[in-house]
Amino acid sequence: MNIADYNFAYLDEQTKRMIRRAILKGIAIPGYQVPFASREMPMPYGWGTGGVQITASIIGPDDVLKVIDQGADDTTNAVSIRAFFKKVADVAVTTETAKATIIQTRHRIPEYPLRAGQTLVYQVPIPEPLRFLEPRETETRKMHALEEYGLMHVKLYEDIAKHGRIATTYAYPVKVEGRYVMDPSPTPKFDNPKMHMSPALQLFGAGREKRIYAVPPFTEVVSLDFEDHPFEIQTFDQPCALCGAENVYLDEVILDDKGGHMFVCSDTDHCEKRQAEGHRGHLAPEAMEPAE
Amino acid sequence: MTDEPLLRVSALSKYYGARLGCEDVTFDLWPGEVLAVVGESGSGKTTLLNCLSTRLTPSSGGVSYRMRDGSWRDLYRMSEAERRFLMRTDWGFVHQNPADGLRMTVSAGANVGERLMAIGDRHYGNIRSTAVDWLSRVEIGKDRIDDEPRSFSGGMRQRLQIARNLVTGPRLVFMDEPTGGLDVSVQARLLDLLRGLVTDLGLAAIVVTHDLAVARLLSQRMMVMKDGYVVETGLTDRVLDDPRAPYTQLLVSSILQV
Ligand SMILES: Nc1ncnc2c1ncn2[C@@H]1O[C@H](COP(=O)(O)OP(=O)(O)O)[C@@H](O)[C@H]1O
Ligand SMILES: [Mg+2]
Repeated sequence: MNIADYNFAYLDEQTKRMIRRAILKGIAIPGYQVPFASREMPMPYGWGTGGVQITASIIGPDDVLKVIDQGADDTTNAVSIRAFFKKVADVAVTTETAKATIIQTRHRIPEYPLRAGQTLVYQVPIPEPLRFLEPRETETRKMHALEEYGLMHVKLYEDIAKHGRIATTYAYPVKVEGRYVMDPSPTPKFDNPKMHMSPALQLFGAGREKRIYAVPPFTEVVSLDFEDHPFEIQTFDQPCALCGAENVYLDEVILDDKGGHMFVCSDTDHCEKRQAEGHRGHLAPEAMEPAE
Repeated sequence: MTDEPLLRVSALSKYYGARLGCEDVTFDLWPGEVLAVVGESGSGKTTLLNCLSTRLTPSSGGVSYRMRDGSWRDLYRMSEAERRFLMRTDWGFVHQNPADGLRMTVSAGANVGERLMAIGDRHYGNIRSTAVDWLSRVEIGKDRIDDEPRSFSGGMRQRLQIARNLVTGPRLVFMDEPTGGLDVSVQARLLDLLRGLVTDLGLAAIVVTHDLAVARLLSQRMMVMKDGYVVETGLTDRVLDDPRAPYTQLLVSSILQV
């Protein structure tokens, strides 16, 4: 494949301009889903084509790109998107949250606090938070326009009635700047508080559903709840088995077929950083066989 | 009753293209009054009801409604947001087929609680206890609160639909053949229940029915329609016992006396 055949960052300039207009509109109306003419990308839907189109439209030659999938930089999805931009935009890539200017993500917000000037690009499968109870697009659009969000609480009510508590753990609905209810994409609700008043720009792209939405820096993002069942994030009763971190999101890793398992940071970059700094969890290799 | 009506309907007509739905309907509805609209299939009852409840826009004529603050509003000049708010707070709409008025995939409790959540109630415990209360008022046991209406019989579904509508204390309820799809014995029980609720709550209602027995049991006043026109109006007992329009006479004589 000859790179010269491609425009910078794959998309042609007209398309990028169209997508940037949608992004700007999204930033101007935080949480509002802006329709856009989603393009065919050289990867299937479900592989983050919405996020890829946003990244392609905002990336410049000086940007440093990080791509994560479920917190990891080394899954097939993350690796291929990173390789794609390396090829079509020749940009620097990194796994370090602090060094990245653009972070494209599926399912997580990095643990390392984002700063002003960074942009987080979310890959979104289903952008419509009301879809669960209202399949008609005409009706959900009207509900957003008229701020009729009672249905979101019907869903939370059902959760409590069935499970005794709000059992929604992913894609937990939020209200943005007191106006639009938004689906934060399938991130764990653990990450919801990180969206609130974040200094970074947050952009959301849904390729198949052709929607872009945004949360500008320092915007109020509130998770929906009931007075007597307030929003809570997941808690873990043990620290990361590898780096000993607390107050981070952990994944369960199965160790053997005898029920052996451990909980480790879902954000692998964060975990490796901490281990390099000398932090140790109870199952870290050096903890089992002390370093020389 | 107060000295002002709740709803004023003047010269309302609805055409579907060239086809007549209903023509030149004029009446006032008073607070707490139940009006039955009767007539054979195709006479324009549903068309009229849908125009009154703003589900359809009439071709000509007007409807004004006296809001809770006493001000009169032209229904078709309200913004959509205001109209939808009115529909889920001060009004109810009971469909013939309960599936059209219920959310079939959420629990009975959520069906009743939805309107409360829509107007900003954010206390789960309160919403649930209000739902329990309303379920019992429509004779649904509180052990069914977490069941989906899919598992309910037709009569229970209809009672659930009624509870879901009444939970915000509306002043006006529209009903389109509320007993239409039910077995006769189930109909009788539902009518009893409806009559009790309407009386207890002082509800005004417009009930569309082709069944004169329903009109007799529920309404104080009735309107007889034929081919889109109102052919007779009057107190229900008077119309049924002493029908004046030839068509009404035919209608009344064609059924068993109730
Ligand atoms: N959506 C529609 N499009 C065209 N004609 C309609 C429509 N709905 C009703 N009509 C016609 O309007 C007339 C009145 O119908 P309707 O109001 O449904 O009567 P009813 O409820 O008394 O059975 C009938 O002639 C019917 O065919
Ligand atoms: Mg009808």
